[in-house]
Amino acid sequence: MGKLVEVQNLKQYFRVGGSLFRKQYIKAVDDVSFYIGKGETLGLVGESGCGKTTTGRALLRLYEPTGGKILYDGIDITHAKMQPYRRKMQIVFQDPYASLDPRMTVGDIVGEPLDIHKLSDSKKDRTDKIIAMLERVGLNSEHANRYPHEFSGGQRQRIGIARALAVDPEFIVCDEPISALDVSIQAQVINMFEKLQDEMGLTYLFIAHDLSVVKHISDRIGVMYLGRMVELANSYELTFHNVHPYTRSLISAIPIPDPRINRARHRIILQGDVPSPLHPPSGCNFRTRCPYATAICSEQEPEFREVGANHFAACHNLDKVPKA
Amino acid sequence: MNELLLEIKNERLSFFTPAGEVKALNDVSFSMKQGEVLGIVGESGSGKSVTAYSIMGITAHPGRLIGGEIHFNGHRIDLLNEKELRKIRGNEVSIIFQDPMTSLNPVYTIGNQICEVLILHTHCSKKVARQKAVDLLTLVGINEPERRVKQYPHELSGGMRQRVMIAIALACEPKLLIADEPTTALDVTIQAQILELMMDLKKKLGMSIIMITHDLGIVSSMCEKIAVMYAGKIVEYGTIDDIFYNPCHEYTKGLLNSIPKLTEVEHEPLVPIEGTPVDMLNPPAGCPFAPRCKSCMQICLTTMPDYTYLSDDHYSACWLLQKKEFETQQEDK
Repeated sequence: MGKLVEVQNLKQYFRVGGSLFRKQYIKAVDDVSFYIGKGETLGLVGESGCGKTTTGRALLRLYEPTGGKILYDGIDITHAKMQPYRRKMQIVFQDPYASLDPRMTVGDIVGEPLDIHKLSDSKKDRTDKIIAMLERVGLNSEHANRYPHEFSGGQRQRIGIARALAVDPEFIVCDEPISALDVSIQAQVINMFEKLQDEMGLTYLFIAHDLSVVKHISDRIGVMYLGRMVELANSYELTFHNVHPYTRSLISAIPIPDPRINRARHRIILQGDVPSPLHPPSGCNFRTRCPYATAICSEQEPEFREVGANHFAACHNLDKVPKA
Repeated sequence: MNELLLEIKNERLSFFTPAGEVKALNDVSFSMKQGEVLGIVGESGSGKSVTAYSIMGITAHPGRLIGGEIHFNGHRIDLLNEKELRKIRGNEVSIIFQDPMTSLNPVYTIGNQICEVLILHTHCSKKVARQKAVDLLTLVGINEPERRVKQYPHELSGGMRQRVMIAIALACEPKLLIADEPTTALDVTIQAQILELMMDLKKKLGMSIIMITHDLGIVSSMCEKIAVMYAGKIVEYGTIDDIFYNPCHEYTKGLLNSIPKLTEVEHEPLVPIEGTPVDMLNPPAGCPFAPRCKSCMQICLTTMPDYTYLSDDHYSACWLLQKKEFETQQEDK
């Protein structure tokens, strides 16, 4: 399996306040490296503000990265002109109520990317392509002439997906695509993502805060905390043989819809809040909430190293964390 | 312990909107014993929050209670006037809202907001209230409470704000605490803290809790009883073991099959509930779930089934169960 997308030491800082001479930065993403193989789904999880969305957007060059490298199919696109790549890399946004223009018909929303990339030969070809796309995501030709407000949340998300698929992309960043949907609709959309991947050979970066969903859909999962990747492994390893104390507590914090398991399980409850990214702790970001923190954690940033086959983690005290 | 605290009988509540009547609650009945934790689950628009708000007597305009009775701790909530309601609200029943960012007043310090409740209901002096506020903040696990009482909501994080909301809700030691999606706006690690805090406080203070959520994981870790709502009706009610291991209504079964499970080793495909949620302006004539139900029969489309009792506290409204019951009765004959 070749690498389709790769980021090396990606850094994305945002300037906030400060004065002309004393600039202040938020390190939204700091030194993150990973790759996504062709046809693979990489899940990114973490709490709000951990930088998962920023990573996704920086990958598409919706931001200008502060540092590091982004490779697409082996080609460095960190500073490249993006227009040719936009066709290959698309995004589905979180909020289906905000990401569709209320004044455009669904047909035009899905057709716009075709116009921009000049992918239709004639008016008829354009209409055919739009209808084919809508049918692919479980809508039909009647829907093309309607406006977004006439649709439910789940249907709107389908429209957003159809728009992303219109240009026949290879890679899609799914930025919390199901968190605004009702539980009974979430499964429909998840299944559709999986079906489309099979049919079109898509590669996904699937961003979500709900680990159960990410685990279901992803081949590998990366866990982020305060702008850094703390653990990365295949989804089975990460769920059942995780090593990083943050991953451990994140998984333990998730309520499991099974009363017997809940009664038997011992939950690790993290104390305190996520520190402000403006003033992150020295050394390891997680040390302020980590039950295993020692002196070295405040002095040195832990290295993101391989701890097993294709299993990476950044922690000084891995040997202290009990085996899962 | 086994005293009845809350009893709702055949509650019907509608919103009279310009587009027509929306029957938000359609014949909702359930009861709750003292010290119990009840979970109400359902999708958005299923009527779970409306049920809770009607217990507080804070149904928003243009909603109106058009039938049924709400008994709470010897009061008839549905018959009380505003003045009498005020004595109960915040004192005997209190509520925590979903979004801690908007439910606190940004221009008052949190100390002020906690004291307000205490002074209103217990008529204590400002000084006593202040001390009590500090104690309450300690109780909900906020460090440096003396400093925090002087702070404004924007100075606190989301989790802290929700703790403050809980402190306000618990200020008068209510008999019933309603939590309306208290952790939806929070991160999972903070959610775990808040849920643990609520269960801790329940043990200490012995109040009852109604937990409204769409997250089946939360109800399974906190609640004793669950009411599953769909389109303004309770379609199934039972203990957590009933609901999770012996679900009877097709909607409950569908919900349980459609959520991804973290503990699953193999990749099992999800079984979604097809279709879209009910349009509450034009609800179907019979069972509201019928258009999405895999085992829908002719009768489901025209008539709403009565509850079938599977045990004393497990009941469900589904024609399939009625049919089964009828068949077993026939066999017995």
